[in-house]
Amino acid sequence: MSALDGGATPQQRERATTIFEKGAPGRRAFIAPELDVPQVDGLIPAGLRRAAPPRLPEATEPEIVRHYVNLSKRNFDLDSGFYPLGSCTMKHNPRLHERVAALPGHARLHPAQDPRRAQGALELMYELQGALAEIAGLPHVSLQPSAGSHGELAGVLLTRAYHADRGEQRTKVLTPDSAHGTNPATVTMAGYEVVKVALDAAGGVDVDDLRAKADESVACLMLTNPSTLGIFDPNIEEIAKIVHDVGATLYYDGANLNAVMGYSRPGDMGFDIVHFNLHKTFTQPHGGGGPGAGPIAVSDRIEPYLPRPQVVRREPANGGPPTYDLDEDRPKSIGKLRGFQGNYGVFVRTYAYIRSLGGEGLKDVSEVAVLNANYLLARLRERVGEHLPLAFGERCMHEFVLSGAPMKKELGIRTLDLAKRLLDHGMHPPTVYFPLVVDEALLVEPTETETRETLDLFVEAIAAIVEEAAADPDIARNAPYTTPVRRLDEAGAAKRPRVRETL
Amino acid sequence: MSGYTGVTQEDLEIMLGAIGVASIDELFDSIPAGVRLRRPIDLPPGLPEQAVYAELRRLAARNVSAEDEITFLGAGMYDHYVPSIVDMLMSRSEFLTPYTPYQPEISQGGLQVMFEYQTAISELTGLPVSNASVYEGPSAVGAAAYLAKLANRRPRVLVSRGVHPDSRATLQTLAVGYGTTVEEIALDDGVTDLDALREAMGDDVSAVILQQPNFLGAIEDVAAIADAAHEHGALAICAADPLTLGVLEAPGNQGADVCVGEGQTLGNRLDFGGPSFGFFAATDAHIRRMPGRIAGETTDVDGRRGFVLTLQTREQHIRREKATSNICTSQALNALGGVVYLSWLGRTGITELAELMLQRTHYARETLAALDGVSKLHDRPVVREFALRLEAPVDKVLDRCAAAGINAGYRLGRTYDEHPDGLLVAITEQRTRADIDRLADVLGEAVAAERATAQVPA
Repeated sequence: MSALDGGATPQQRERATTIFEKGAPGRRAFIAPELDVPQVDGLIPAGLRRAAPPRLPEATEPEIVRHYVNLSKRNFDLDSGFYPLGSCTMKHNPRLHERVAALPGHARLHPAQDPRRAQGALELMYELQGALAEIAGLPHVSLQPSAGSHGELAGVLLTRAYHADRGEQRTKVLTPDSAHGTNPATVTMAGYEVVKVALDAAGGVDVDDLRAKADESVACLMLTNPSTLGIFDPNIEEIAKIVHDVGATLYYDGANLNAVMGYSRPGDMGFDIVHFNLHKTFTQPHGGGGPGAGPIAVSDRIEPYLPRPQVVRREPANGGPPTYDLDEDRPKSIGKLRGFQGNYGVFVRTYAYIRSLGGEGLKDVSEVAVLNANYLLARLRERVGEHLPLAFGERCMHEFVLSGAPMKKELGIRTLDLAKRLLDHGMHPPTVYFPLVVDEALLVEPTETETRETLDLFVEAIAAIVEEAAADPDIARNAPYTTPVRRLDEAGAAKRPRVRETL
Repeated sequence: MSGYTGVTQEDLEIMLGAIGVASIDELFDSIPAGVRLRRPIDLPPGLPEQAVYAELRRLAARNVSAEDEITFLGAGMYDHYVPSIVDMLMSRSEFLTPYTPYQPEISQGGLQVMFEYQTAISELTGLPVSNASVYEGPSAVGAAAYLAKLANRRPRVLVSRGVHPDSRATLQTLAVGYGTTVEEIALDDGVTDLDALREAMGDDVSAVILQQPNFLGAIEDVAAIADAAHEHGALAICAADPLTLGVLEAPGNQGADVCVGEGQTLGNRLDFGGPSFGFFAATDAHIRRMPGRIAGETTDVDGRRGFVLTLQTREQHIRREKATSNICTSQALNALGGVVYLSWLGRTGITELAELMLQRTHYARETLAALDGVSKLHDRPVVREFALRLEAPVDKVLDRCAAAGINAGYRLGRTYDEHPDGLLVAITEQRTRADIDRLADVLGEAVAAERATAQVPA
């Protein structure tokens, strides 16, 4: 099959124009309410008055709507197609969640409202805390962090406070090379030195290397389990012991929680601090890059340092119904990581999800996530295993990493080219070039909300691309052909950054 | 099987056969016995959609929202009108459900939205470079202090007491990790004490942070504060209320090196505090120190105009421990709401909206300060929020107003010990003159009633 030459797609033919290039002077969408109070001059001191208005667009509502609706059609999305982006858990976003989050009692509630008049919100947060504590196997939860990496920062700052309170000065945090980039970035922001822990041949933490590096200068070990290789570390109990024996904390990056719900809890694995990614495991829509939320669950010894306020429940002495409150009186708290209480709209969606599924439903999630990943792996191995072998181990949990190194050597196309050609097949590629420990990595996570038919279609698409490359590698090397734009000059964009419209 | 997973008996047989195992349980064999959960997850059983909906409605009904009362509560988030097109566009599948645009060829929608948003924020703030969002206002202040640390490695940060209490608290929390000390500069009659600032300045100060308007609603002299910072080579960081920039000079035109702020008022709901977004803009000098995603313009192989995430070597997924921030997921969907809202307001609209707030705020302050037992806490120029002093317990006055269907504002004593009798009142375009007059009646009565109670001999 030859490349799609001659004839750009309709989307490719229309030049990208921004909203600033639309509209015309004098057009408007917003009609200001009438000024119903006397007009008074001189309310703003001369030097502080805005001299020239910001050059925002001047467009009508239909112009704005048409512009953004057409823009939306230049996006691939999860509702439209398969999105096996490893590490991101692109599971279906139930629309019930949008409906309940939009209820005015939730959506129009002010964060500084008197807690006595926000009992529904506080009850929801309290119940959600309890549910997350049960899932994590750790009793104390803060919903405050706004994303996974925010939760990581909270966790490392909690660790710092814990050690400081015991009069200890620790300087290092350990993390494996397979870790998500947010882990080492967080360590630096929290004022610690990153020390890498090696992986063993099976892709787990090299226990001997850990033992050698774990000493009383180490504050914490940050891990995810299963790892970013999709493998459950069989040595987790020993790892926890080594870390705890030197008085350090064990931190769980909850990005891969989708694999183990109902089967194992991070608290039971020995972790002291856990963060959840509500936008991964708990269906908060990814929104093209957020919003999310990264609540944390911690053990008893870490509890005193949790951010404030904490949502608490009080049972009145007279036997009346419980009331909920925001407790600011936390003398050892690390303080605050953001304004108010956190991304409540995300909590509403997560709470709806947990109430919809129940305990059994959450276990079903992990079962099907792991089943789907293993099925997909088995079928891919059967069809393209020699070109795209599994990088580590024999089976996987909820995601797996293939290496495109043999494909590159034998067929002359890289993982990147495979990904770009997959776009022409109407699917989002898996994660590429992560984790760093695998050469030409392809990290695949189908999630539990895909059916067998979709997984089979993906296998066929990969097989077709590999077969095509064997005949003519140039096709994939120059893909994609059918998308709104083709390969973009990223190097040029970084060399001469143009990050806003010139007006 | 739930409504979201779909493994039939037939599917199961085929799939287990392909994998080569007899049961799903076998796939979890790698989990050691010592860490296995041997009981069901202890949560109530799952419910059908209609029951979950009923439960969420029950919880919603236990909240008093801006739908249920006329609210003058501000303190960092405000009850503005969110136009319908924002809801409609934010709920489109193509914007709601995709991930961060790592494959730009199929993400031009999201990337161009970021580029447009960055342009709008740059226009508002008067600074040339904006990122594609951070989480929200207070953590944006913390992130700005980190940029200053990366820029000059100095150990001290000075922050005005007029900066939002949550921003100051967040700064303190993060500064522990940065290795920075944070010192507060006092207010003098409602605005930052310039003498105290100059007194505290030194060559070891990394940044000076102020808020415009400040938490007490007062307009600050951004240029003077920026000058004081620059005299010693420190960065001037301004946290700004974005809609007030319709009538206030852009901080970038007054010497701010970095301008951040809370974006909730730009097309986003109150949502009991989130999700919203934080904006983050800076001078060109700092572009490579910026946190978070930045969309940049480029061309494709056929010469088409397109957009990509750019300067990614700053970011955690590339630079890891040397990244400018650990931020990954930010607030892309909320930033979409922001740019749609700003486009809807438009060039004249934002000025008209800000002017409307300015006039109604003035009217509200004069009207309320004329009530018995009510006076201005400060008389500085304000734009959309102001502070009063009540000669009656503020919490009790608020309760009386609430019973009359009015949320009269924020009790300043919650976060400012020195203002136990303070009330912060916020105005948006949704608060009409009639609403303000009603507030005056209700507040006046409430203060009078509380003063009468206090005068009754025990």
